[in-house]
Amino acid sequence: MKILELQNIKKYYASQKAVDDISFSIDAGSIFGLLGPNGAGKTTLLRMITGIFYPDSGNIIFNGRKFNAAEDIFKIGYMPEERGLYKKMKIGEQALYLAQLKGMSRNDAMKKIKEWFIKFEMQTWWNKKVEDLSKGMSQKLQFVTTVLHEPQLLILDEPFSGLDPVNSNLIKEEIFNLSKKGTTIIFSTHRMEQVEEICDHIILVNKGKKILDGSVKQIKQDCKENHFRVGFDATPINNAGAAFDVVSTEDNALIVKIKEGYTPEAVLQYFLKQEAGIISFNEILPSLTDIFIKKVEDTKTSREFQQVS
Amino acid sequence: MNKIWIIIKREYLTRVRNKTFILSTILLPLFFVGFVAASTYFSMKSTDKHTIAVNDANGIFKNNFKNDNNITFEYPSDVDANNYKTKGYSALLEIPKNYGPDKDSITLTSDKQLGLGAEERIKDQINMSIKNKAFLEKNIDKKVLDSINDIDEESLYKFSPVIRKGDKIEHSNSGLAYGIGFGSGMLIYITLFIYGAAVMRGVMEEKMNRIAEVIISSVKPFQLMMGKIIGIAAVGLTQFIIWIILIIGLSTMAALFLPHDILQHAQTANSAMSSANTSMAMGFMSAKNSIAQANWALIIPCFLFYFIGGYLFYAALFAAVGSVVNEDPQEAQSLMLPITMPIVLSFIIMTTAAGKPDSPIAIWGSMIPFSSPIVMMARIPSGGVPLWQLAISMLSLVAGFILTTMLAGKIYRTGILLYGKKITFREMGKWIFRKS
Repeated sequence: MKILELQNIKKYYASQKAVDDISFSIDAGSIFGLLGPNGAGKTTLLRMITGIFYPDSGNIIFNGRKFNAAEDIFKIGYMPEERGLYKKMKIGEQALYLAQLKGMSRNDAMKKIKEWFIKFEMQTWWNKKVEDLSKGMSQKLQFVTTVLHEPQLLILDEPFSGLDPVNSNLIKEEIFNLSKKGTTIIFSTHRMEQVEEICDHIILVNKGKKILDGSVKQIKQDCKENHFRVGFDATPINNAGAAFDVVSTEDNALIVKIKEGYTPEAVLQYFLKQEAGIISFNEILPSLTDIFIKKVEDTKTSREFQQVS
Repeated sequence: MNKIWIIIKREYLTRVRNKTFILSTILLPLFFVGFVAASTYFSMKSTDKHTIAVNDANGIFKNNFKNDNNITFEYPSDVDANNYKTKGYSALLEIPKNYGPDKDSITLTSDKQLGLGAEERIKDQINMSIKNKAFLEKNIDKKVLDSINDIDEESLYKFSPVIRKGDKIEHSNSGLAYGIGFGSGMLIYITLFIYGAAVMRGVMEEKMNRIAEVIISSVKPFQLMMGKIIGIAAVGLTQFIIWIILIIGLSTMAALFLPHDILQHAQTANSAMSSANTSMAMGFMSAKNSIAQANWALIIPCFLFYFIGGYLFYAALFAAVGSVVNEDPQEAQSLMLPITMPIVLSFIIMTTAAGKPDSPIAIWGSMIPFSSPIVMMARIPSGGVPLWQLAISMLSLVAGFILTTMLAGKIYRTGILLYGKKITFREMGKWIFRKS
């Protein structure tokens, strides 16, 4: 079942096409990665999903019905990249206030806040002010305020920025926990190693257009370049076969690219014939970082301002 | 609606619990009443007793000066500017043989200021003596002259100016009307700035703390803006009410503690004693007597209406400015100019309107919404505002603040989420006319 579907969404600003005809859908309960370089249109997309902006054209379908910001907003939790809290407000009251704005009753909110504060070992913070917290601590608080109302759809824009590895892991654990309980998560970032670790499905946007869409596994398969790593006892001197090109040489290993029309067996046979002493042979799938850079460089990285008529 | 209520509650509570708010709310009336009471006390009490040595070369003034509570005249024969002090006099009054407008002048020598009141009274005595001398030279009997001089004119009649319009007769009290009018206009002027700036700073805080986007993903930008505006208005009203209660309470208490003769003195104080302190003290004392004459049933509701209306008219504009400001507070200054200009202009119109409530500039200023809150309040206490003008003024103010709130809402909605870009008035204009 799809929790969210975007159909041909467009949003043009005065000087640029921020989102230019993007469509995708998200399975309920999955962790969805929204990737793209700075200024690709991610934030604009997210702001439309959270009802802050309205698309110029196209449809947003939420839970099978047309997205209605006034009601559906309560089922969404959004942690924007530009986030913050009232510096002078007590932490407990702040969490309570934000939860009430998400439609929770005072009592429910109180109960939930206490649960989460215990979970994150924040019980003693209640009467502290945000200005007394370190960046990591306020980030944790921000995460708690985003998930308090148990949203069906949780949108996290760069949730780990500014967090140390320990707190990063804590939040990551919670993201997995929420996912297990059925929360759908949209995860927006340009930190690829996190995406590989966390996301089931990703899309890549650049210059307002979608340039990749699929599961992490699928995308890696689709973007592979037939690179193989062959390990030897000692690197052979003669390594110019018809079936492949050598991409690079390592200690006791070669990275080869298999030419069009040949199979891995042809490479193996070539080295077997030489009795080169093969000790390993495996496929090299491109990392998401490589794919990201390659795809983005195909289109120009920095967005040019264009006239929108 | 429920969400606006939550926002109002937060804005109100965080501000009311703020230490600066509590201090300023309590200290200002204390300071005000203390200042007025102290200046009353000192201006009355500290009129030192002076003994003046009179050196009259002609001998015509001798024994003609009347002594009063504060000033005693003596006529010793052997004083001069060098020794009057050692002989125990506070000042020396020398009347030369040939005094006159372009001859020698009468001199008063002292080693410190005697105070305006004392000097005026000495001059009064000189005038009186000259006049008496003239009467006597015309052969008027001294007894007759004394009995005429002893008449206390004020005790012989009552004077009550009235304003008559058709059948309606009102008591005129132009001094009081001017005071109340000017005071209310001034108060609205100051509060527009204080609370308007509070709205702007609140919006800037939300934008710079980067909490705006978090909240706007839960509520509409317009709700956030209105919640803040209404919450701060409630704070302002709370502050007013506490001020009024404290000022009335404290001044009643102060009146009890001030010695009775000082109060009497203040009430009968001579009009010649026109130093600032004295007139303030007199205002303070006479307020009790004449306050009942003002048309409070009209003034108080109108004041509340124009305070709230004027605040709403400008607060949304202040919010819009706050929403487009980036990190640089300097930017706020220049962006605020189009808002502060009309407020300052209204204040200038108001200073004329309080004195001449029926002048064309006062009438126009009190009907156009950008200046009406300040100017109309200066006119109302005079009692001469026709009902139709009041109606137009109020309706146009309501229409005005609905309009400014709508326009400001459009700027606010876009500005609050826009970072790192300097925004021009032209762009704001585009946001206003863009369809949502």
